[in-house]
Amino acid sequence: MRFRSVLLCLLAPFAALAEENPAPAARAGFNPDISLILAGGYAALSNDPANYRLPGFMLGSETAPGPRGLALGESELVMSSNVDDLFTGRFTAAVTPENTVAVEEAYVETLGLAPGATLRAGRFLSGIGYLNSQHPHVWDFADAPLPYRALLANRYGDDGVQLRWVAPADLFVEFGGEWFRGENFPAGGAGNNGQGAASAFVHVGGDVGAEHAWRAGLSALRSAPVGRLSGAIDTAPDAFTGESRVLIVDLVWKWAANGNPKDRHVKFQAEAMRRVEDGVFTADVNGANGAPVADAFSSTQCGSYAQAVWQFVPRWRVGARYDTVRTRELAAGANAALFDTQGHTPRRASLMFDYARSEFSRLRLQVTHDRSQPDAGGEVLVQYIMSLGAHGAHAF
Amino acid sequence: MNNHRPVSPWFKTLAASVLAASSLLAFAPAHADLRAFACEPEWKALLDDLGDGEVETYAATTAQQDPHHVEARPGLMAKMRRADLVVCTGAGLESGWLPMVLRQSGNARVQPGGAGYFEAASVVTLLDVPVRVDRAQGDVHPEGNPHLHLDPRNIAPIARAVSARLAQLDPPHAKRYAARQADFDRRWQAALTRWTQQAAPLRGMAVVWHHRNGVYLARWLGLKEVGVLEPKPGLPPSAGHLSTLLADLQRTPARAVLRAAYEDGRPDAWLAERAKIPALVLPYTVGGDGAKDLFALFDVTLTRLLEVAR
Repeated sequence: MRFRSVLLCLLAPFAALAEENPAPAARAGFNPDISLILAGGYAALSNDPANYRLPGFMLGSETAPGPRGLALGESELVMSSNVDDLFTGRFTAAVTPENTVAVEEAYVETLGLAPGATLRAGRFLSGIGYLNSQHPHVWDFADAPLPYRALLANRYGDDGVQLRWVAPADLFVEFGGEWFRGENFPAGGAGNNGQGAASAFVHVGGDVGAEHAWRAGLSALRSAPVGRLSGAIDTAPDAFTGESRVLIVDLVWKWAANGNPKDRHVKFQAEAMRRVEDGVFTADVNGANGAPVADAFSSTQCGSYAQAVWQFVPRWRVGARYDTVRTRELAAGANAALFDTQGHTPRRASLMFDYARSEFSRLRLQVTHDRSQPDAGGEVLVQYIMSLGAHGAHAF
Repeated sequence: MNNHRPVSPWFKTLAASVLAASSLLAFAPAHADLRAFACEPEWKALLDDLGDGEVETYAATTAQQDPHHVEARPGLMAKMRRADLVVCTGAGLESGWLPMVLRQSGNARVQPGGAGYFEAASVVTLLDVPVRVDRAQGDVHPEGNPHLHLDPRNIAPIARAVSARLAQLDPPHAKRYAARQADFDRRWQAALTRWTQQAAPLRGMAVVWHHRNGVYLARWLGLKEVGVLEPKPGLPPSAGHLSTLLADLQRTPARAVLRAAYEDGRPDAWLAERAKIPALVLPYTVGGDGAKDLFALFDVTLTRLLEVAR
């Protein structure tokens, strides 16, 4: 008896080690992690979204405001898991209210390729800017700000590879480079033998005390669109072939009382964007309304937005956003009439108010004074966003 | 026609500055034998004790922060990038931010499954493992209640496992880590005996929790939970729920309302005033209410509780 208890005491530390399970307990029961985002709402729009235009801009697909009245938003199905000790994968399918399914993201990524380096391959949202890589369900406002809508057709995602490297420094410094197929706006037509776009970005960030955190970024995207469609895409599209270069500067600053964002926090973000395009623009490329008109085209167009969101008590937030786009220079020859800015600078001002019952649900009211077009309009959006299933970790 | 377009000069400039900056940073000197990233202050305190000066430690959260809800900040990624060992609670406590920080840091040494990643929950038997996992029950953790460090009897096996990891990652100092762990264990067992004696009057004391983060402490001390301010885990106390709780307290009185420093004290104050019992802030972790290390954490916790038990 005495011998046995001595033996047990000696073996106890080893028993504890043997029980130790190196696999994270958090994964138990979820392989892969599956989550489903449900969204929908109501829109009261004074201007008919079917006639939406931004004077001076050729818009990509799905850039107009959503339909009036009650409508379902995009339902997103996300699956992610580690593949093995070297790879992790993520898949996001978006089911649109029009009953089409799109593979939004489907990529594999390395887990520690070389110190600090991560390689990603597949289809994904580009790391340029701040908002670009965020899915709509984590946006603080119901729609994308004007520079994203006008210059990137809401956001740029494509098939490609991405390499990121985090520097071994006390300050967060990340460099990234991407090489894309170039299928989607502002690229198009998978030019340059299916290597139609490339990007580079730098992110710098850190903490200031326990309550403040920030991140700043500089990104560039260059693409060679071939027959990129814009305008009335379904009926009489226009096409652009040439070169498109986008430069983005972004800044995010967050404050949380005692560093505890669950309680009270403020988030401020601003981005400025410039797009320069050079090539040939062909109006009505399919000749739906007569003969196509092709002429040289060059433009320099800019946009920016700034927004602030304040969680004043747990679960309740208010926010304000101002966004604008501007045409600096534009020469379109025979197609000049299509790009007439009418002396107008598109801009909007929005107020947002939302409530999150838990971190899995959000109800939002957004009111926008919309001066996208010379005749000002008003928008009232009511939105719900709910997530079912695995608890996903959100990016900063 | 676009195949041979020249790359624009500003794109070249950006690429060149990226390369120049990265070459500068790549040669930045690195010191310290071992860098440890602790998700919570209690594990930083443990590493500080067990590391015996050989381990540079960093705590991702403070006692004022709810460890469920910090953000995957760039500052955390920078720390994670250079870490050799990550020590976290696990059991889903950090699932809202840690996976993102781990993945984006690109640090292969600390990925889950490897020697550089340790979860305290892996060596402790968890309480409150739900029979039914349904979010209608609030933010329940399928793995069990993650606030496991508040039972000091859990600390000793965790210390053994963490020390073994230090030895595995830094073999030249293995003997020192083992000796330090033996010393820690001796001091901890002595403290445990002392605390158990001191805490005798607390057995059976009825309390109300703000969040169910005191279940391990309650089990150890034999406290009786007669109510929780949060109607469901993770949901802030509502007026309706507080009134029900107040009515319950008229029938089954409690001695105190207890919360951690990071929790909103207003509902506690409301209830405490009406139920005519004190609202206490327990340190919850190292750094809260003057608890400077793990020993002080339990010293202060017991002092606070004993003040109301009398």
